[in-house]
Amino acid sequence: MTSSSPVRGGLTRRHFVACAGALGAWASHTRPGYAAAPASGVVPQSSSAVWNLTVGRKRTEIDSKVLHAPCVEGSVPGPILRWRQGDLVEITVANKLKDEATSIHWHGIRLPSDMDGVPGLSFSGIPPGGQFTYRFRLHQSGTYWYHSHSGMQEAQGFYGAIVVDPIRPDPNACARDYVILLSEWTDVSPMDMISNLKMQSDYYVFKQRTAASFPKEARQAGSALKALKDRLAWSRMRMAATDISDVTGIIYTYLLNGNSPGMNWSGLFTPGEKVRLRFINASSMTLFDVRIPGLEMLVVQADGNDVEPVPIDEFRIGVAETYDVIVQPKEDKAYTIFAQSEDRTGFARGTLTSRAGLSAPVPPMDPRPVRTMVDMGMGDMKPGESMDHMAMPHDHAMMAGSGHDMAGMAGMAGHSMAHMHGSMGKPALEVDDPGPPPLNVENQNIAVMPIDRLGSPGDGLENNGRRVLTYKHLRATRKGADPRPPSREIIMHLTGNMERYIWGFNGRKYSESGPIRLKKGERVRFTLINDTMMEHPIHLHGLWSELENGQGDYRPYKHTIISQPGSRLSYLVTADVPGNWAYHCHLMLHMDLGMFRTVVVE
Amino acid sequence: MKAFFAALGVSGCVLAVPAQAQSQSASSIYHAADAPTGKPAVIMGSMQPVMDQGKYFHGILNALEGRYNSTGTDLRWDGEGWYGTDYNKLWLKSEGTLERGRLTDGQHEALYSRAVSTYFDVQAGARVDLDDGPTRTWGALGIQGLALYQFEVQATAYVSDRGRFAARAEGSYDFLLTNRLILQPQAELNFYTKSDAGRQVGAGVSEIDTGLRLRYELWRKFAPYVAVTYAGYLAQARHIAHAQGEDTGSVRFTLGVRSWF
Repeated sequence: MTSSSPVRGGLTRRHFVACAGALGAWASHTRPGYAAAPASGVVPQSSSAVWNLTVGRKRTEIDSKVLHAPCVEGSVPGPILRWRQGDLVEITVANKLKDEATSIHWHGIRLPSDMDGVPGLSFSGIPPGGQFTYRFRLHQSGTYWYHSHSGMQEAQGFYGAIVVDPIRPDPNACARDYVILLSEWTDVSPMDMISNLKMQSDYYVFKQRTAASFPKEARQAGSALKALKDRLAWSRMRMAATDISDVTGIIYTYLLNGNSPGMNWSGLFTPGEKVRLRFINASSMTLFDVRIPGLEMLVVQADGNDVEPVPIDEFRIGVAETYDVIVQPKEDKAYTIFAQSEDRTGFARGTLTSRAGLSAPVPPMDPRPVRTMVDMGMGDMKPGESMDHMAMPHDHAMMAGSGHDMAGMAGMAGHSMAHMHGSMGKPALEVDDPGPPPLNVENQNIAVMPIDRLGSPGDGLENNGRRVLTYKHLRATRKGADPRPPSREIIMHLTGNMERYIWGFNGRKYSESGPIRLKKGERVRFTLINDTMMEHPIHLHGLWSELENGQGDYRPYKHTIISQPGSRLSYLVTADVPGNWAYHCHLMLHMDLGMFRTVVVE
Repeated sequence: MKAFFAALGVSGCVLAVPAQAQSQSASSIYHAADAPTGKPAVIMGSMQPVMDQGKYFHGILNALEGRYNSTGTDLRWDGEGWYGTDYNKLWLKSEGTLERGRLTDGQHEALYSRAVSTYFDVQAGARVDLDDGPTRTWGALGIQGLALYQFEVQATAYVSDRGRFAARAEGSYDFLLTNRLILQPQAELNFYTKSDAGRQVGAGVSEIDTGLRLRYELWRKFAPYVAVTYAGYLAQARHIAHAQGEDTGSVRFTLGVRSWF
């Protein structure tokens, strides 16, 4: 096995202390997967442009669940790769898996499409026993991650963090710098999950409404009759208000830097100093709600791109998103990093502590969210939703749902006024509008009044008494690079049939659809209408997604955007790199069952 | 008989029309950026980036139970299995009762199943009544799916090789008392156009089999249950059974397991 880690010798005091802290945390829980790996969560001391990585299976046991996990360098998560903006990096990946091909996708990194690591689209994969050298120049900086794009390897432990140092001095540099990588761990194979879900879509959901929970619901609803009516409404639709996550804590142990809650990953700090935490959601099916009781978090970066600092208490991180936050613990004590799954069936947990060995109380989980008619796309009947553009998206959504002839205007639904100015004076956009999706085998619902939910922190987080991040808060520190208004709008409906466990866009699976073709250099607006009642983190490979969240020219650049259920949102894309790009929901089972498209830039 | 199967074949073909046809018919002003085209993206190597056309295989024993009363214990099973894709499946269904060493009510079906709507499949194929009574064969055409308010329903029409008609309707509902303790009322009714004394079948509504099962899902795929069940003959069939000295119907205390893979 070649050495992957550029961490050797000459540790600075800071890194030594950090390593020792993290080491101390898992010394008493030694497990095979970590025998040779550096302390998890600690960013390597310096960047390196040349890497040799080995992919193999490693027997790994966490929380009594044993898995021969496909992973990088024998560790889950894989090593943190530290790169430098401007460098030409060269990563040679050797596939030591016995009989399966592999690949590594550099999530969020802008590169030539043949380096993107998607078998079938970028290249033909790395065969067993083979190797592949990725070579690309880094034009960006920030926190990213990598994962396999082959089969189900990613869901079983094949992921790791990437930290790219900026050329210019980092405005957010901190004395302490930790990666906080969240993921799941289970010994159930993803193929079994899919098979089970095809047979029974609530297979893993054990927090449903029952006779036993009825009195509580009646109290919350105000009367038994109201609670009963709500139940009947859901039952009539053949859906469940408790359908939050498809795969749950029943089989998952949630991990923080590869550590179960019991193992309690720890990172050291000195009271008063600033600590940068690079959160990465590397899970395959779980959105996490993250907070550190007692500490305010300053969000300084989203998906690798700097944003104007936002002070918050909590944020939701969708699968594949990253957020960098800065905290400044002043007291000589421990703080719990608490990341509960959206469906509240479990949590990942770690500790920031001023002295090794301390831990802080773990807060109780919040109540499990319940879906409402808003999630069904029935409009904004609930307080606490995004208020700013309520009237606008409402009207436009109605148009979209009723065979409108104002195609040029449809794109404005859900946008701020600033963006309307951008396109108002221009000739009508060319619009690819599929119209309302069909109700068929592959689609269960039509959001008749999708609304702007960018101002909502998400189901289960509204009005919880804490300051929770929303997409509206994100404001880039730099103006967008491409000032052109879009010349085309592509409307995509996110669709699915939970009962049959089929997912797709516009009522079709991947295998029944064509590619989305963009002309090189074209400026396009993607509009997502979520007709399902679940969140879908939508990831476009290779090209930035500039979220139109009302921040004018300071749109945040993202690689993965959560589309909330029953919502409509849009983002701008400049098709500046030719090639085949994957475009998909990052919930792995959704992607694999059809919520995937190829974007061809030609 | 041949004509009947030919007709089934035709209906199968009609049902096999791809679902896209439905989505394209909407309106000409609409155009999906990802519409299927004759010019797919070029795939490198042999693998598609995702495999959304998987085939799956499951078997379920809805009921495997002992039904007790003072006259004796009946052993009954009701199971099915399927293999196939999201749209096309092969279903096998089997049910029967072992009654004092004698196999009765044995009905076995092999059906092609086509997903036709969000919640329903159309099924067509053959049924064989195979037990210790005289054997009968039927052509079958029916629907199976999830009705409003989440009732599981099946309704199938049959035509026999002797030109007789029959129908069966089945329904069940899961009441969650807790997330693992589930109360399931279930009923199955059989109808025939003509009596068939050899199989204790009467014209009109002929038999009912119903139960109220309380199961505990130790895990999703294995749930023991206690139940009250009733199986009996109705209308003309009741007279036939009575004349033959058969039990015309009784309520029984029942223990069983529901299991699937």
